[in-house]
Amino acid sequence: MLRLTLKSAFERGLDDDLAARIDALKEALEGRETDDFGFDPDTLRWVMPVMRWIYRHYFRVQTSGLEHLPEGRVLLISNHSGQLPFDAMMIGTALFLEADPPRPIRAMVERWVPSLPYISTFFARAGQVLGSPENCAALLSQDFPILVFPEGVRGISKTYDKAYQLQTFGQGFMRLALATDTPIVPVAVIGAEEQAPALANLEGIARVVGAPALPILPTVLPLPLPVKYRIHFGRPMRFEGDPDDEEASIRQKVNDVKGAIDALIKNGLAERKHVFW
Amino acid sequence: MSSGKAMKIAITGISGRLGRILARRLHRRHTVVGVDRRKLVGVPPDIELHRIDIRRKRCEDIFRGAGFDAVIHLNVMHNPRASTEDHHTFNIRGTNRVMSFCARFGIPKLVVLSSANVYGPRPDNQQFLKESEPLMAASSFSAISDLVAVDMCAQGFFWQHPQVETVILRPVHILGAVRNAPSNYLRLTRPIRLAGFDPMVQVIHEEDVITAIEAALAPEIRGVFNIAGCRPVTLSRLIRMAGGQPVLIPHLAARTMLDQMWKLRLTSFPAPELDHLRYVCMVDDHRAREILGFAPAFDLEQTMADLRMTRAMYGHRRAR
Repeated sequence: MLRLTLKSAFERGLDDDLAARIDALKEALEGRETDDFGFDPDTLRWVMPVMRWIYRHYFRVQTSGLEHLPEGRVLLISNHSGQLPFDAMMIGTALFLEADPPRPIRAMVERWVPSLPYISTFFARAGQVLGSPENCAALLSQDFPILVFPEGVRGISKTYDKAYQLQTFGQGFMRLALATDTPIVPVAVIGAEEQAPALANLEGIARVVGAPALPILPTVLPLPLPVKYRIHFGRPMRFEGDPDDEEASIRQKVNDVKGAIDALIKNGLAERKHVFW
Repeated sequence: MSSGKAMKIAITGISGRLGRILARRLHRRHTVVGVDRRKLVGVPPDIELHRIDIRRKRCEDIFRGAGFDAVIHLNVMHNPRASTEDHHTFNIRGTNRVMSFCARFGIPKLVVLSSANVYGPRPDNQQFLKESEPLMAASSFSAISDLVAVDMCAQGFFWQHPQVETVILRPVHILGAVRNAPSNYLRLTRPIRLAGFDPMVQVIHEEDVITAIEAALAPEIRGVFNIAGCRPVTLSRLIRMAGGQPVLIPHLAARTMLDQMWKLRLTSFPAPELDHLRYVCMVDDHRAREILGFAPAFDLEQTMADLRMTRAMYGHRRAR
């Protein structure tokens, strides 16, 4: 009952443009309710109006460089920050609203997520997939853009004194890109660092309660501050080589991507006049 | 060949539903010999049946010197109600004996019908499991351990006896007039669904499983093959297509209830099987498509229409 009320309230935000974008995704399913992974574009009918409101009115996201996005499969590699993954949501919303045709992003979720009732189903319907190289490769072969944060928890949970400093990158994405011959688009998100500046991270307590992190924030609620987001998409990078190459050679390629993201961040920060507008 | 038929094929477990469909499909082109301890009804009279338990010593005589070109081993029981010992020896010793007949009597082809359930439904499963994935089913459901063991025995045999072309087929949930857990579940008018969970599932029409077995008989075919049937679909949609009205119950409540009912012998669903209603256990069937040349003939709509018909049949029988 409550779900239906909420759903219809959210759906009121659905206008012709959004509906047309969702219908375009629906068509690709050729009459099926969901794709092989359980993604149901109809879920976006009530998710996207909310996302669009956050995108346009809360974070007032500015995107640049979306024209660089190549057709077909692509790995989006981004910096990760802000304690809560609004950066992922905003990159996804950008690709859905600003790219033409809309490119539904498939994000990878942690391995314990499928064991949570309701959440697992909602995530699957919204297009999220259990994070594994095999699933990722399957989605790339269907030409979906995949968003990866190689910093993982190290990035999103870092304290504010390390803002805009890229943490250690995982290497899985590069091996996958080499194995599937997928172009990489570096992405920089500016603003998310300030949405929830953590003064400290009580890792000890977090470990005891089984949480990935326990940040101490100046904000009372886990609500992010209404900062202004700027998302910069870089030029696609293509790599060649053996996906099972030794670590040093992969590390070098990963560092190329890391350098490209770092340059996008530095540029973005230099251009930015104010955190909130 | 003297009889003018292409191959001489032994089918173990011929009296089961799948065995009978297989026999009917094969008997025109091949000489079919069945081995089963159960009665065999509803098959053409040219099929020879040896009514004997596969574990019996005398069973050897059926295979010795008979000049079989292939053995199709369907004789795997999955009845969680049966005593564990009987279950275990029947499945594992039975499979072992069939394999030893192939090795000793020079039978060049062995087809073992395993199941995609040997991977087990797990929260951390890949969306599409490849043949190389470990068989994890028994980690949460020990009654299925002998199905895993049968599959592993056959894999061992594959390596030990390269002269025998061993084929292991792992089909997804088989639907049809068969009386297995997925078909029985979908025939219920009010099946349990776990609140908040709605995994993607793969099902296959029983006739398509037979087609895959036939394809496995071709020369040069060997190895493990996942057999996926229709396109994946959500469990909730599958229940709707079967004509059922799901009852939503939280997992803990369903588990407790089912455990109690199981003890009182009111249900044939063991509680750990509830994981099939929570997690994915789907397979990647690229190998079967490319090497076996297998493609399902029945789509989801037809498969479910056929299942709805069997539902009327079983419902009627129960009412009497």
